[in-house]
Amino acid sequence: MNSRIYNIAANTFREAVRDRVLYNLIAFALLLTGAAVLVGQISIDIERLVVINLGLTAVSLFGVVIAIFIGIGLVSKEIDKRTLYTVLSRPVRRWEFIAGKFFGLTGTLVVNTLCMAAGVFASLLYVSGHLQGSDRGVVVALYFIVLQFAIITAVALFFSSFSSPLLSAVFTFAFFVIGSFAEDLRGFAHMTHGITQWLATAAAYVVPNFSALNVINQAAHGEAIASQLITYNTAYALVYALAALSAATLIFDSRSLK
Amino acid sequence: MAAIETLGLEKTYSVGFWRKRPKRALHPLDLTVEEGEILGFLGPNGAGKTTTLKMLMGLVFPSGGTARILGMELDDPRMKAQIGFLPEQPYFYDYLTGRELLRYYGKLSGMDSATLTRKIDPALERVGLRDAGHLQLRKFSKGMLQRVGIAQAILHDPKVVFLDEPMSGLDPMGRREVRTLIEGLKAEGKTVFFSTHILSDAEALCDRVAIIHQGKLRGVGAVEELTAGVTAQVEIVWAGTSIPASLRALGADCHVAGDTVRAVLGAGHQDVVLETLKSEKLRLISVIPVRTSLEEYFVAQLGTDTSVGVTQVGGQQ
Repeated sequence: MNSRIYNIAANTFREAVRDRVLYNLIAFALLLTGAAVLVGQISIDIERLVVINLGLTAVSLFGVVIAIFIGIGLVSKEIDKRTLYTVLSRPVRRWEFIAGKFFGLTGTLVVNTLCMAAGVFASLLYVSGHLQGSDRGVVVALYFIVLQFAIITAVALFFSSFSSPLLSAVFTFAFFVIGSFAEDLRGFAHMTHGITQWLATAAAYVVPNFSALNVINQAAHGEAIASQLITYNTAYALVYALAALSAATLIFDSRSLK
Repeated sequence: MAAIETLGLEKTYSVGFWRKRPKRALHPLDLTVEEGEILGFLGPNGAGKTTTLKMLMGLVFPSGGTARILGMELDDPRMKAQIGFLPEQPYFYDYLTGRELLRYYGKLSGMDSATLTRKIDPALERVGLRDAGHLQLRKFSKGMLQRVGIAQAILHDPKVVFLDEPMSGLDPMGRREVRTLIEGLKAEGKTVFFSTHILSDAEALCDRVAIIHQGKLRGVGAVEELTAGVTAQVEIVWAGTSIPASLRALGADCHVAGDTVRAVLGAGHQDVVLETLKSEKLRLISVIPVRTSLEEYFVAQLGTDTSVGVTQVGGQQ
């Protein structure tokens, strides 16, 4: 990473920290502590399943909300407040600015996820007294959640490179929802014919396939996750994020800042 | 080599939602600024000053023409490492302290940590913020933001400094300090291009001024050269209280003060007036040429039309 991208990323991370974005960890900690105590009282033999399901879903939802609502403002806020003027009047290329913003927010989400992951494992220890080998699936599920964040951040940056923050939020959220049902959409495409099939197939491939990145259920049931899936998902997330960032750069590169 | 050179640089915006109409913000601009020169870019609000600066900074893309800074294209990173820019009414990352902001911008300009550590405090001191470097910018006043904006523009020792309304938001003392700072930049051999609508600042500081109105360049030159073209006036004072009728007929602006009369009129009428005073046996006290100010030149260029300066393509305004 070149020094300009690194500095923009570090500044984006610092902004998130100073704007108290990581305060969401407090809400997460309270939620998990409460759930762990409650689960210990009402469930028999499924404490681990409930804690993993609840914990990982919360990690995912908290992160998605942060990725969307900060991601949509990464470019537009800098334009509105004109802070971008003093950045782009320096030897900073526009793609470096986009890349720096992406790495800054993704880095923030990684730190956020690591803190939350520590909370999930602490809760697991609390409810079952020990960690076990199958908990490696939880680590993989967390890794896939981070890959989802990278994609959502890139998509939010793409939309914010040409539309208003409100529309960017709507579009990105729509992508997240549709992407979460991408497998169902593909199944639906197989059942239809003609233009409907064509449109459904196109939509299923355009939106990110978040359902492939969601292994929370397998992790909760202690099922092994194939290493091939880890490789495929990593490659898919990198390619998708890179494509979205490239499109964002192409649009942003040709945009005059009024 | 010219520090800044624009050749037919122009900008036309599209306005309207459904039916887009072209609006010309800047007519083709040919302007050259030599190295080490201070050029004031003058014009009323909406004249096209900020649009020109944004194009030179690569923030807005020109509709036509070209520009070069230090002989390099506007998107050349080597050129950008050698320029500093203060935007109009600057707003910075308010979660950073003054020192953090300068460190951030310095690193984006390619400065190393050791150099930054050495230069940040002197830069803050130079703009009068020595004791405010540890404060977050959200606690800064408008004038302090302007000062830190100037500090970030000069921190990396640029060869060319662009300042968009640098005196905006400053109190009289602050304005004086910025004037001194700009003079200091010139003494260091830097080229300064600054836009303003405060004529006294330009008159006091600039080697040359360029006047722009409604997107068109109306005049470029040293203040003395420009004002020399405006009709010269002369002030004539004589003893007594009587004003010959022929002087009034010449359009003289006459005032009686105690036992003297002061008349201001076009320099071309000076000989006629002196002859009249002699024939009326009035004692002449003084004849003083009235210096034409930049403001008078400016008003003469703009006429009475001070409407906002975006013109519709096709000549309609």
